[in-house]
Parts: sequence; C-alpha cells; structure tokens
Amino acid sequence: MAIRRFKVWRGDAGGGELTDFQIPVDPGMVVLDVLHRIQATQANDLALRWNCKAGKCGSCSMEINGQPKLACMTRMNSFSETETITCQPLKTFPVIKDLVTDVSFNYEQNKRIAPFKPRPRDADGQYRMYQEDVDRVQEFRKCIECFLCQDVCHVLRDREGRETQSFIGPRFMIRVASLEMHPLDTEDRIPELKKELGAGLCNITRCCTEVCPEHIQITDNGIIPLKERIVDRFYDPVAIIGRKLLGIRKRTKTRSEEAAQGAGSEDRDG
Amino acid sequence: MALDVSELQTIEHDVLVIGAGGAGLRAAIACSGQKLDTGVISKSLLGKAHTVMAEGGMAAAMGNVDPRDNWKIHFRDTMRGGKFLNVWRMAELHAKQAPDRVRELEDWGAVFDRTKDGLISQRNFGGHRYPRLAHVGDRTGLELIRSLQDHGIHQGIDFHMEVTALELLKDGDRISGVLAYRRETGRFVVFRCKAVILSTGGGGKAWPVTSNSWEYTGDGIAMAYDAGAELMDLEFTQFHPTGMVWPLSVRGILVTEGVRGDGGILKNNQGERFMFNYISERFAPETAATVEEAHRWLEGDKNARRPPELLTRDEVARAITAEVKAGRGSPHGGVFLDIASRRPADFIKRKLPSMYHQFKELAEVDITREPMEVGPTLHYFMGGIRVDADSQQTTVPGLFACGECAAGLHGANRLGGNSLSDLIVFGKLAGDGAKAYIQALPTTPRVDGDQITSAIRRATEILNRAEGENPYLLHARLEETMARGVGIVRTKNELETAVAELEDLKVRARTMKAPGASQYNPGWHEALAMRSLLVTSEAVTRAALMREESRGAHTRLDHPDENPEGLTYNVIVKKAADGRMETEKRRRPDGPPHLVAIANAKIEDLEAGKLGTAAPST
Ligand SMILES: Cc1cc2nc3c(=O)[nH]c(=O)nc-3n(C[C@H](O)[C@H](O)[C@H](O)COP(=O)(O)OP(=O)(O)OC[C@H]3O[C@@H](n4cnc5c(N)ncnc54)[C@H](O)[C@@H]3O)c2cc1C
Ligand code: SF4
Ligand code: SF4
Ligand code: FES
Repeated sequence: MAIRRFKVWRGDAGGGELTDFQIPVDPGMVVLDVLHRIQATQANDLALRWNCKAGKCGSCSMEINGQPKLACMTRMNSFSETETITCQPLKTFPVIKDLVTDVSFNYEQNKRIAPFKPRPRDADGQYRMYQEDVDRVQEFRKCIECFLCQDVCHVLRDREGRETQSFIGPRFMIRVASLEMHPLDTEDRIPELKKELGAGLCNITRCCTEVCPEHIQITDNGIIPLKERIVDRFYDPVAIIGRKLLGIRKRTKTRSEEAAQGAGSEDRDG
Repeated sequence: MALDVSELQTIEHDVLVIGAGGAGLRAAIACSGQKLDTGVISKSLLGKAHTVMAEGGMAAAMGNVDPRDNWKIHFRDTMRGGKFLNVWRMAELHAKQAPDRVRELEDWGAVFDRTKDGLISQRNFGGHRYPRLAHVGDRTGLELIRSLQDHGIHQGIDFHMEVTALELLKDGDRISGVLAYRRETGRFVVFRCKAVILSTGGGGKAWPVTSNSWEYTGDGIAMAYDAGAELMDLEFTQFHPTGMVWPLSVRGILVTEGVRGDGGILKNNQGERFMFNYISERFAPETAATVEEAHRWLEGDKNARRPPELLTRDEVARAITAEVKAGRGSPHGGVFLDIASRRPADFIKRKLPSMYHQFKELAEVDITREPMEVGPTLHYFMGGIRVDADSQQTTVPGLFACGECAAGLHGANRLGGNSLSDLIVFGKLAGDGAKAYIQALPTTPRVDGDQITSAIRRATEILNRAEGENPYLLHARLEETMARGVGIVRTKNELETAVAELEDLKVRARTMKAPGASQYNPGWHEALAMRSLLVTSEAVTRAALMREESRGAHTRLDHPDENPEGLTYNVIVKKAADGRMETEKRRRPDGPPHLVAIANAKIEDLEAGKLGTAAPST
C-alpha cells in the first residue's frame, strides 16, 4: 500500500482552495476510490457525486490534473508513482461545494428541444425499423449525460451574459441528432436549430469529441451532419429549387416566428 | 432548537413520487397523464438512478424471436423462478401487460435492437424459456430511463432533483405529505400531498459486496415501516452470481447475465464446466444434460435444452459458492466466466460493449481473449413493501409503492429482466391507483407540525452534537455484520448473532456525529441513511430467522430443503404499537385455479395454446 498525495479543491460559491491530503492507495484503485477513502477517514463532509462506479451514470465528472474526466474510470496506475493528483470541480458550471457543481443549465437545454413525434404504427400495431438505421441513433443514445463535453465547449465556457438564444452545447446537439435521424420521428427541428438553439456558434473545434468517455463521434457524426442539414435548408439553391419543383414543403421559420406571424400564413421556402 | 414550521418551504402537489428510476418516472407519467399535479423527488440528479445501470434487458413475452412464447409461459417461468411464492395476481398482471408497456416506450422514442424483420429483438436470459428480453446491447437501463426522462420532462411534471425524503407525514391513518431536505443547501422542505408513491429501490448498501450504489439504503422500506406499512418477503435477497471480484475496489460491480445468455460458460480452476453438476430436479427436464446438447442450443437447435449456466440466479450463485469453498475457485476467490472461447471478438464487442469496456478499463482484462473472474454479489431485494396487486397501495391509505421497493412479483427469486418490466407495469398501475384513491378522497389531509419538528430535530442533532460515532465507520461495521450473518447461506446461530450486533449498532447510531455544516454534506447524508439501513437490515435478518427452510434466494444450512409448509405463508414485518419490530407468518391465499393450472402445466400444452384459454384477458 503506497501513500499518495492528493490536492482536492474545497470550498463553495464564495471561494475555496486546494487542500492537501496524504492517503494510502491499494492496487487497482481508481481516483473515485481514493476520494471515498479521504471522505471516510479525513474529510467526512467532502462533497462529490457518484452512483455506478463503472462509467455508466455520468455522475462523477470532475477535472483531474486539469483534464475533464470520470473519477470512477480514472485508474491510479495511469499516473506516475510520485505524481500529485489534483481534483477540481468542472469549470463551466457554478460550484455548489467542493467537487459538486450546479449542472441544472444542462437539464434546461433538454427542454428547449421539440420532443419525439413518431409516425403511426404499421397496420398490425408494430413499428418496424432496421438494425442499420437504429445503429446510427444508438451511437448518440449511448450518452450518459456526464456533461464533460459541455464542460470543455468554449462556447458554453464563455456564455456569460448571453443566456437567451444561447448554444445548447454538444450533448444536446447529439440529442437533436438522435431525434432528427430517428427512423420513426416526424418532427422538424432544423429552423429552431439554426435560429434558437445556437448551432451556428459551434466552430467544430472537436474538443467535445475528445473528452467523451463513451467515444461518441459528437462532431463528425452528430454536429456536422446537422450543420449540413441547415445549409441545405437555408442556403443551398439547388436543394431549394429541387424542393420547389417537387412541391415539398420545408419550414424555414421557427415555430415561434410562425406564431408571431399568425396562423394561416404559410411562408415557407417551397 | 426553536423551530417554526410555518417558515419552512412548503410545496403542494396532488401526488409526490419519491424516486426517479424507471418505476417512479413511469408512475409520474401515469399521474400527470390523468391531470394530477405531480411532483418527483430523487436523491441524485435526473437520469442517474439505479435503473440507468441495468444492462441485459427487459422481459416481455412478445414472441418476436420465438413465436411459441406467450404470457402464460412468461407467467409460468416467473412463478417457477420465484419458487411459487410470488403473488399470483402480480405475476399474472406482469406477464400480460409487459409487452404493451415495452411497445409504448417506442412511442416515446426508445430504440431497441431489432430482429431481421425489423421488430424488437429479444435475448435469452436465465430462467426464461424463450428469448424474451428486449434490449439495447448491454445498456438497456439507460435506454429505459432516458426514454422516460425525455418524455417525462414534457408532461408538466415538477422534478425536484437532489431532494431526499426523510419521513412520511400522516393525518390520522392517511398520508398527508413528506418531509425532505435539499442536498445542495441542507434546507428542509415540506411536501403536502394527497398521495405518495414510493419507488425508492432496494437496500443492498448494507452489504460490502454489492452491485448497488450509495442510493440503495432502503429509505422507502424504512419510511413505509415507520409510517405503519407492512413489509413482506424481505428474507429473499438476491445474490447475483456474477459480480467482478478483482481488483478489490471494483468487487461487486455487476457482470450482466447477458454474457451467459449470449453463450458465456462458467468454469472452475480445473477447467471443468461445473454447472452440469448442479442441476436440480425441478429444472432437469428443461436443462441440457451434456456439453454437447448445450452446444447445439447455442447453435440455434430448437430441440436442444438450455445450458445449465442459465439456471436461475439462486442456483448458479450457490453453485459458485460451493466450488470456491471446495478449493476449485479462481485466484481471487471467484470462478471463471468465459465468452472469449465461445464467440468471435466482434460479436462480443457488439453485443456486450459495456462489459468489454468495463473489464478493459477497470481490470485490464480483454474479455474477447481471456476469461473473467466472477463471484456472487448482493444485487436485488425481492421483498419490500407489501402492496395490493392491482392498485399498488400499501397497507397505509394514500401510500403506494412500485418497483424494487415493493414486494410480491418475484417471490423467492427474481428472474433477470423481470425487474425492468416490473417497473413499467407496476409504475403505471401505481399511478392509476393513486388517481383512483385521490378521486375518492373526501377531504384534503393536513400535515402535522409536531411530527415535522421532531423529525427535523432528530436529523439536525447529528450535526449539532459535539462529538460522536463516525457514520462511515459505523456503516462499515454494519456491512461486516450483514456479510457474516446474513450472507448467501445462513444459519440460526449466525442470524441471531447478527440481530444482537444490529441492536448494538442501533444504540451506537443514536450518537452519530457529522462534522461540518448542512450544505452538501455527505457525512450527514450518510448518517441519515444509516437509520434506513438499520431498519431494513433488521427486517431482513428477522425475516430470515423466521423462515426455517431453504427456498429460492434464502438458503438456511440448518434447514437445507424446501419445506411444503413454506409455501403456505409470507413473512410479514411491521412496527408494533410499542415501537418494536414484529415478524409474523401470514397465511397466503391459495392461487386462483386457472393460474395454478398454468403454473403447473406441461410446457408443450402451453405452447400449443391448449391450456389457460379460460383465463381472463386482463
Ligand atoms: C448493475 C445492475 C444491472 C441490472 N440489470 C438488470 C437487467 O438487465 N434487467 C432487469 O430487469 N433488471 C436489472 N437490474 C435491476 C434493476 O435495474 C433495478 O431493480 C431497477 O432499476 C430498480 O428500479 P426502481 O425504479 O425501483 O428504482 P431505482 O432506479 O433504483 O430508483 C430509485 C430512486 O429512488 C430515489 N430515492 C431513494 N431513496 C430516496 C429518498 N429517501 N428520497 C428521495 N429519493 C430517493 C433514488 O434517488 C432513485 O431516483 C440491474 C441492477 C443493477 C444494479
Ligand atoms: S466542436 Fe463545437 S460543440 Fe464541440 S467543443 Fe467545439 S465548439 Fe463546442
Ligand atoms: S456526449 Fe459524451 S461527453 Fe457529452 S455528455 Fe454524453 S457521454 Fe458525456
Ligand atoms: S460513478 Fe457513474 S460514471 Fe462514475
């Protein structure tokens, strides 16, 4: 059993500091185990979140040596033996206490997205979908809502003072993607995505994809295809004319814009 | 401390659901769908409840993979798995309604793995005659909870996250509200409501080796008990046969039964497939007799019987324990679970991605190349709060319970996959039950200020006293007691010692001290949860003492056989007038003849639809 050095940020909204701990560590431990040991023996009131201890619930997100990570999936043997390990709360969200932050912002974003609206069932009461089609959305549905991607996204880090019409963030971009690519869904979220959910603010830095513990290709498989759909809808003359010729109607106004114009006005691009 | 109850924050709802797992979310959707003002509280953030961890799948006899399946066979499997101690009506409702509840999830956006024909695919699991588990790889629980969550947030339900219930409030006999506290601030909140639905899950945190998270401290069970509700069947605690055993810090984390359902086999340190030596008489006619037959089953031969690795969990867990005791265990005190030699690597990564990930990251084992080391882990409470089968009402008017914290569906042993379906079937029924109760309620119940003040005083004393017991260390002592005395095999002596130790721990718990302030203070939360843990542990231990036979998940070395008398009663636990814990053998009603006939039928007759046609369809 080796004694390891930890620095853990302790404090609350009023401020705080890194506190030193020296703590015995057994083979096979992850950072969360060590924090639990600190909590049980040296700092009973150390605040942190966890549930599954197996990378499935996304509760234990924090910054470990400056990297946004899940504490339950960060093994102690991934550090050198003499390294001091620093644990800090996520930077993008307001601190509540110690390693716990107020992530309610994220739950608010989810509500801004129009819910799933399925097509009718087949005559025999079944829905039929093919594995190839569901595989695509299942990649996004793997998300454990750890909000590490939200934490690293610079658009969200700098969101101060721009709360309205703000960017929903990478986690909710892939939630929109999972709905837009859902084989049964009939809703259209493209105008909202462009005008209300802030999709244009993302400049594809890919920081989100890098930290995702579920290895979801947030940018390449989620955000970029959505951005393409926006371009196609709003800017691609060929597609617009094509739709006109075929008589396909696609919204370019958001629901609230349509409501403001009053019912009956069908100002659509095709 | 002088305390003015009128200064506490008070929130009103028609119904308050305690718990935001699958059962609680489904119940809340049912309530708000019937125009009830509905609130939900949970200890964790939304989407983090235990349900999110479920892996293997959700059982429902849809017959998509094997058309011979139907509700009667699901019902029969559930009764046999539960050693016939299940509440007949609950097993019937569950088997009949699960398919509709699963399909309804698709209306709310759930995306399950598909069959070649595009229908919901179903996988094999222990004790289920046919491939029956709707699943998404090995993250079915995540799909379930996220579908309910994403649907639920648009239904006008009020979610209060990180709010922990401490005590149920009553007006005379009836429920009138809940006292709770916010983790974030440590402040108390009073919820005034006409009905409460408990969906708080189990109490596995009383054991050191468990697949359960910190939330599983038996809060709902203890709160219901304190409010005068009856508890039932608590002696039946399920030890899942396959938890991780190494490294020590991950001991207990679950390895899904899906590994065996998809072909994984168990071996001892001699390389022997030992499960063939543990096939009990009851299951022999439906279990493969040879390795060769089991192999044909895996290849899809419909005439071959199921491999013994897919016997019910109680049987497999006992077999593993026996092998380890006989010195044939793996280096870290488990046995070997091998899927690497049975299935190609890409199959394993596709069907069991999170198992692959979990072993790779946490144990540095590549399960596509090497066997896993596994051993039993405390996983699930079959017992819990006694409820009426159709309405889910407890013995306290206005108090409902569903999901893992309720008793009855699973009898003496739960089949894998029957919990997720339990949540959605009985979550909905609990919501319907609460609606019917509220509609018939003559007057709105009032909350009792004195009850609130004394509960708050009890909670704050832990912070205010100058010194006292460390709640974490006391919790560790409780785990030792339960591991030693109330493990996978039990004896009268050990159980009696455990009761005595629990009495001692109860005394020590009265002087727990949590340093620091009330704001997000896990030491204080731990101390508050100790109260529930102690009530729940005592109820399990006393019930286990009373049942002098071995049945399902309850094994008594001093009474090694099933005793026919054991089928005639349930062990009921309740709080006596003098505050002591009382246990009683309550006579079970006989099963309705049409259900008894199905449960005892020959499988061929059920498949051919010859039997059970007289059964009512709802
Ligand atoms: C690792 C693992 C894998 C599993 N795999 C499967 C599977 O494949 N198939 C299957 O059918 N079953 C499986 N199970 C079992 C199944 O997941 C659980 O039994 C089921 O999810 C319990 O659901 P629930 O809604 O009753 O409770 P939970 O989902 O546990 O929710 C309990 C809720 O109650 C809240 N709560 C508790 N106490 C309080 C309080 N005092 N105040 C406020 N809120 C409170 C919690 O915060 C939480 O929100 C598995 C279990 C585990 C642990
Ligand atoms: S790619 Fe877009 S969403 Fe992702 S971190 Fe960069 S700006 Fe944010
Ligand atoms: S997308 Fe990945 S990083 Fe973002 S919340 Fe989901 S799991 Fe976490
Ligand atoms: S505790 Fe669940 S992801 Fe870390």
